[in-house]
Amino acid sequence: MDSTDAVRRPWEEAASAGVSETRTLALDGVLTLSGGRTLDHVEVAYETWGRLLDDGSNAILVCHALSGDSHLAGHRPGEDAATASPGWWDPMVGPGKAIDTDRFFVVCCNVLGGYSGTTGPSSIDPTTALPYGLRFPLVTIEDMVDVQARLLHALGVHRLLAVVGGSMGGMQALAWAKRYPDRVGSVIADATTWRLGAQAIAFNEVGRRAILEDPGFAGGDYYGADSQPESGLGIARMIGHITYLSDESMHKKFGRRLQDSDDYAYEFVSEFQVESYLAYQGQRFVERFDANTYLYMTKAMDYFDLQGEASTLADALRGVTARFLVLSFSSDWLFPTARSRELVAALREIGTEVTFAEIPSAYGHDAFLLEPEAQHKLIAPFLSNALDRPRAKREVAR
Amino acid sequence: MTPHDLLRADQRFIADLVPEGARVLDLGCGDGALLAQLRDERGAVVRGVEIDLDNIARCVERDVPVFQGDLDDGLTDIPDGRFDVVILSQTLQVVKRPRFVLQEMLRVGTRSVVSFPNFGHWRVRTHLGFHGRMPVSEAIPYSWYDTPNIHHTTIADFRDFSADCGAVVEREIAFVGREGGTARVAHLLPNLLADEAVFVLRRS
Repeated sequence: MDSTDAVRRPWEEAASAGVSETRTLALDGVLTLSGGRTLDHVEVAYETWGRLLDDGSNAILVCHALSGDSHLAGHRPGEDAATASPGWWDPMVGPGKAIDTDRFFVVCCNVLGGYSGTTGPSSIDPTTALPYGLRFPLVTIEDMVDVQARLLHALGVHRLLAVVGGSMGGMQALAWAKRYPDRVGSVIADATTWRLGAQAIAFNEVGRRAILEDPGFAGGDYYGADSQPESGLGIARMIGHITYLSDESMHKKFGRRLQDSDDYAYEFVSEFQVESYLAYQGQRFVERFDANTYLYMTKAMDYFDLQGEASTLADALRGVTARFLVLSFSSDWLFPTARSRELVAALREIGTEVTFAEIPSAYGHDAFLLEPEAQHKLIAPFLSNALDRPRAKREVAR
Repeated sequence: MTPHDLLRADQRFIADLVPEGARVLDLGCGDGALLAQLRDERGAVVRGVEIDLDNIARCVERDVPVFQGDLDDGLTDIPDGRFDVVILSQTLQVVKRPRFVLQEMLRVGTRSVVSFPNFGHWRVRTHLGFHGRMPVSEAIPYSWYDTPNIHHTTIADFRDFSADCGAVVEREIAFVGREGGTARVAHLLPNLLADEAVFVLRRS
């Protein structure tokens, strides 16, 4: 590291990835889903950064989490750079950043079942010419990965240097390693899990109930209607948001402070700052997200189980050859370190190269979006070595 | 200068003990320098355990797979006999449960290699015996009240400890460290004249 690197803090350079446009690709052929149903027509919204080398060796797929989209970094065309927020993982993606767009060809697409351009419950069902709503088939993390594999094939990417994801995106990264072992060189599983525990499923279910039982939900057919499931989706987001934070971070941010008054009102109104904050988060989410997609995404996470039918996780992972970087965050109780350690133990058992670190943070599960410096220090060299160290030199410890 | 020259004196002895192509686990692997050297020069398949995040980042830079963990929690994730060589260099004195850690090493590795500062060295004895002071030296550079070293041992004590843990000493290298990481082996009165030692152990 030379002296200019030592003072540079690339994760602080906002929107350095520049302007990227969301494109849409219609997949060829029929997609058969895990649940047995099929989709005849699937469109995928995606963005790319950097340039694919002629030998195709520098492609990285970044997978987004529940509320993310293809807009990973930088700005959209026509966006006012001074006021608009950059993409959801902007500190990590751009020239000289951990996912260095000067060196890597980076792809991010909206997942199957999503609301940001890829086919999902809000898309038009060609058989009825109406939005699918709940007639859209349930999708799994593996189905999302299959769609990504087809997109990458169409883009001329036949092998990924790395697949990277946090939270639900990390589940996709893990599914990639297992489902397409010959097509993935390295995996970064960030703030994620090989399967959710009962507590996380329980929170997802409360969020779904809030949506399903909102009169505005109308069985999922609320598109274009006067009434929308805003209350249900807002509550779902409020619950979700609590699970993404930690007791410590909430207490630091809000304490018991009141929003507009020094005294209690002795009425059932929003008084504490934390209440206003959650209401605001819920409202903002309602403006940009789809209630049906929320149902499909949380269900896909609940269904995800990397062990599947195998008797142990290690047995399920035999045949996986990728090298792994597994990261967890100390205050993340939704995707806890203990579960990451189980994954790492299984990966070690099958002899893969795996590095594991728990990053100290008070931010809870959201830390993977809020702690760029620590992640940069681990992810940047991990990816750099993926490109620089020839695969042939690696051996698997049996 | 070769990468070998950049290693600490004890690490150089350890590096020379590792056979070609061995599966090596380094407990408390620090910045991964020794493991990277063993991988590049010996074709070893290497894995590290380290507790400090900055050190883990150095390991990732060297492309050394490393697992963040506390040695006092044991190596429960690792099956018996998984490694040919398990290394504990300059780390025995900082763990809370040395006996448990050594037993875990003997369990997961065919050979265990342990290096430690010798508390029986004459300089240490002089500090305590003549001056009545807790020793501070190049090999033990901490004040008593601010030290990670909570389990000092001498070469003689370590021999007994090994036997007590059910280990056979295959080899014992006692040496005097010198400027620039070189060392001179102390053949005579090692427990008095060596300031560091490397032991090679196996299960009895």
